[in-house]
Amino acid sequence: MGAGFHRPAALGTLIARALGLLYGAVMGLPERPMRAAQARMRGGRLGWLFVAPNLLVFGVFTFLPIVIDFWYALTGGAQLLPQDRPYVGAENFRSLLACANYLDPTSCERDLFWYGVWNTLKFVAIQVTLMIVFSLLTALVLNRRIVGRGFYRAAFFYPVLLSPVVVALIWKWILQRNGILNATIQGAGGNGVNWLVDADWAFFWSIFVSIWAHMGFYTLILLAGLQAIPADIYEAAEMDAASPWRRFRRLTLPLLTPSLVVVFILGMIRAVQIFDEVYVLTGGGPGTATVYLVQFIYQTGFAAGVRQYGLAAAGSLLLAAALLLFTLLQLRGLKRGAP
Amino acid sequence: MLAARRGRSGWDWTDWASHFYLLLGVALMFGPVLWLFVSSVKTQAALDTFPPTFLPWEQKQATLPGHAGALPVFQIMAGDRAGQSLVQIRRIGLEAQLASPDDPAKIARVPISQLRPELRLHASWSNYTDLLRKFDFGLYFLNSVFITVVATVLTLLVNSMAAFALSKYRFKGREPVFLVMLATLTIPPTIVLVPNYLIASALGLTNSLWGVIFPAVATPTGVFMLRQYMLTLPDEILEAARMDNASEWRIYWRIVLPLSAPALAVLAIFSVMWRWNDFLWPMVVLSRSDVFTLPIALFSFQGDLQTQWQYLLAMTACTLLPVTLIFVFLQRYVTQGVASVGVK
Amino acid sequence: MPKRDRLVALAAGFVCVACPALAADIRIACYSDGNECPSQKEMSAQFMKENPDVNVIIDEVPYSAILQSLPVQLAAGNGPDIGRITAFGTLEPYFLDMSPYLKDAAYWNKEFGKQLAWLRNGAQDQGIYGLPTQTTVTAAIVNKSLFEQANVPLPGPGASWDDWAAAVDKVAKATKLPYGMAWDRSGHRFAGPAISYGAKFFKPDGTPDVIDDGFKTMAGKFLAWAKDGTIDKDVWVSSSGGGYRDAFSEFQNGQIVLYYSGSWQLRRLIDQIGDGFDWAVVGNPCGPAACTGMPGGASFVAFKETKNPEAVARYLDWFAQPQRYAELMSRTGNIPAHEGLRADGTVKYDLSPAGTAAMQGFVAAAAKLSPAAYRLEGYKYNFQIFNPTAARLSEAIAGQITLDQAFARIAQDVADALATAAKK
Repeated sequence: MGAGFHRPAALGTLIARALGLLYGAVMGLPERPMRAAQARMRGGRLGWLFVAPNLLVFGVFTFLPIVIDFWYALTGGAQLLPQDRPYVGAENFRSLLACANYLDPTSCERDLFWYGVWNTLKFVAIQVTLMIVFSLLTALVLNRRIVGRGFYRAAFFYPVLLSPVVVALIWKWILQRNGILNATIQGAGGNGVNWLVDADWAFFWSIFVSIWAHMGFYTLILLAGLQAIPADIYEAAEMDAASPWRRFRRLTLPLLTPSLVVVFILGMIRAVQIFDEVYVLTGGGPGTATVYLVQFIYQTGFAAGVRQYGLAAAGSLLLAAALLLFTLLQLRGLKRGAP
Repeated sequence: MLAARRGRSGWDWTDWASHFYLLLGVALMFGPVLWLFVSSVKTQAALDTFPPTFLPWEQKQATLPGHAGALPVFQIMAGDRAGQSLVQIRRIGLEAQLASPDDPAKIARVPISQLRPELRLHASWSNYTDLLRKFDFGLYFLNSVFITVVATVLTLLVNSMAAFALSKYRFKGREPVFLVMLATLTIPPTIVLVPNYLIASALGLTNSLWGVIFPAVATPTGVFMLRQYMLTLPDEILEAARMDNASEWRIYWRIVLPLSAPALAVLAIFSVMWRWNDFLWPMVVLSRSDVFTLPIALFSFQGDLQTQWQYLLAMTACTLLPVTLIFVFLQRYVTQGVASVGVK
Repeated sequence: MPKRDRLVALAAGFVCVACPALAADIRIACYSDGNECPSQKEMSAQFMKENPDVNVIIDEVPYSAILQSLPVQLAAGNGPDIGRITAFGTLEPYFLDMSPYLKDAAYWNKEFGKQLAWLRNGAQDQGIYGLPTQTTVTAAIVNKSLFEQANVPLPGPGASWDDWAAAVDKVAKATKLPYGMAWDRSGHRFAGPAISYGAKFFKPDGTPDVIDDGFKTMAGKFLAWAKDGTIDKDVWVSSSGGGYRDAFSEFQNGQIVLYYSGSWQLRRLIDQIGDGFDWAVVGNPCGPAACTGMPGGASFVAFKETKNPEAVARYLDWFAQPQRYAELMSRTGNIPAHEGLRADGTVKYDLSPAGTAAMQGFVAAAAKLSPAAYRLEGYKYNFQIFNPTAARLSEAIAGQITLDQAFARIAQDVADALATAAKK
């Protein structure tokens, strides 16, 4: 699509033309029924027709499952089919929330859930902050007139395309006890560390790897935001001889706020949902140092021999509710802040 | 711009710092993947050597008359045979029996502490060929390609239709629909896995490639991205077309879609990446090997009791390669596209 | 099954033999630890030649699909006809009793009886639900070269875990290795030594009672060894939950002196260590109560939903015959679950001398397994004991909780899982 197909080669033009014909033939098909529908539906109501396919798929594969999840959350036992499960009321929620001291997971009925809660909060706070800092820094550097900018931009984006499992395996291979990182450190005269077995290091690497895998995406969003800032604003500032730092704080940052908010919300949603990468990388260990909420849900409801779907569903509903609430607050804040 | 090069004085320190930072970044982004590729052609023995070598070294092997099979070659480091390179026949405790191919009858007994394996450079492609020989690579590749292509086309169609309506029509319920779609972003896919399977099963979609395709074609990210982009298209173009008595459908596919090409390209690339990398959902919904996708087939070598890194690395490289190739050829459009669509 | 139903089933079988045009499809979900599925496939071709009315399709799937997807598929009625599985208890409601279709159920009970019991629901249940594909046994494997280098004699038969721990510690110190031994991260591995030190796992009435003095003793030793570096704690600490992790690569690299794993490692020991160093299977060290490890083994299990129960039974019965079963064992390098074949040594393995010795070591270890070990392995919810054991002991080793907290949590996890499973 777009500029990609402007090749001088005759074959390229032919293929492009053929694709164009195909596109026309296929997309022309619904012309008649749609025209008939248009004749009947006045005003914007035709819009419903356009959203219908999307809503249908959403309804069947996203909303219906959530409804089923609600039923799971209110029922107990290990039966999978919803109709076989006995109703237990709020028991699953009670069990998840039963805690003598919320700060000490060992005092909770479901200690793993609370390890997950605290680890996730810690992870989100640190990961999102660092992610924004590094993405912003990279975007600022990439926004300079620099030789090879396109290449650099692509390089930072590359890991975004890799699947979480692949990302985790790549880093696991580097960080294992006999991995290349330890070899390098020992070669330089230092002492190797068993990176994924030390609680603090494992936590560090779970953050590092997730930033490595995702920062390219956020960098590009911020870069686009930076490039949308008109150059003459800066020129005016330069004439006022404002220091670079001052210009950054007074001009760049405020003008970049909308992009930053998008990065913040998307980054936070993804950070709260962190699972695959870390699960393959550390398995949640050492001990429970990198057990995050989605892993708790996955293990209780899906990977255990006796599956506690009720607990898993209750946990996921709590998680989704928290995320939703937070996102709405953010959006409201954004709306209020916007001119 | 912030600290843009001033031009006059040539390179100042901020340029040096920027380049240093970017080069470091490039090394950090590509290095690990490169290391994976290099490691994936090492033999199991080479993988277990510590410290690892960068290139795939392997112990040299030779045949010895009177002995079956290939035997390892050692260099002798000390004693009266120092400097010789001999073939090891067998090792008994701390002592090895070696001989030279020229004189296989004369057996030398050397303490193993005086031996060093003789190495040669050798890419062990057998990690790949072993893997590929074990299954019908073509079939799984085609399954993956089919899912990726069809799901991407449908994703583009379904999401752009929704985005068109949400950006260009005013109808009751538009805002709620949009918000509800966005809200689904907050649902981690893992938690609807089981109910989704029950639904797919009720619809007869299990063990069918469509079972992977259909649930994937409505993405909140896609709708959001396309809607934001379409909002920037001026309504006047649409009005002009309506004057010419074009139907709404025609306006959608003849005018709005071509104008949204950059955003569609980005969504296409994301969709390709998502579907190609998908693992958990296909594994649940597909249980027959004739409909397996490449990642599932590759991971079918993961047994209960062991992890074999030499195969795991080759498998990882196999799944990574197509995405990397696409990226190499299309990176300009990808990154420009994301940048242009990212925030509007 | 009442007699009349049996007759009907048999008749149906005959009808189908009479009309080969109606080929019955049998789908098998199979996972491999080594070459189990390819071998099964090759031999199935022969079966299909002899039984043209049956079409066998083997789907090779990742083990995680067996563990995670198969139960969901079965519950939704989309399961395969046969599955190779290890954790039997939770899938038990879906099993098909093949005995009405078998020509000689007595033969099955005589030769495979011990492992068939694992598939049953209690002592009264006499059903035949599947064909065991192998017997595995946990055992210790040692690096003899390291013992020689350190000039430490191998502890003799009858030596206790304490003797071995002291010996490998001495070897590790002399050869400057960080750790003496490593155990696979698995509650199943831990159970053998625990039983040797007196753990019973059950009350006399058969209900599970995991935390007793024997269990506590072994857990205490394990923790102490992890703390003082006798045991490589990284293997256990490096994951959370009940997740499995082996320590083969550490052993292969000569980094540990004693490796506590099991017979399924035989192929790798032979292929990947070769004669890199001398290694030997030393069986299971002793405790005051026994010198036992844990038995184990996957089975091809028949599922109730199948449309062709007769063909499924015929297929598995074909493989259960001594000659073919022996061939399968020799191809896969597994210990037969077939008592007769195991006793008379009919199965010919193409192994190196070290490999042959190791195979004998594993078979000898299998002969010494205690009844308590069999009872635990046959318990329906044994994984609900193994997984919390691995999870909670790891947390204790990592220093997150005390040993007493770990005991309390294990007991609670087991009770919780049983309560969930019991809720109907």
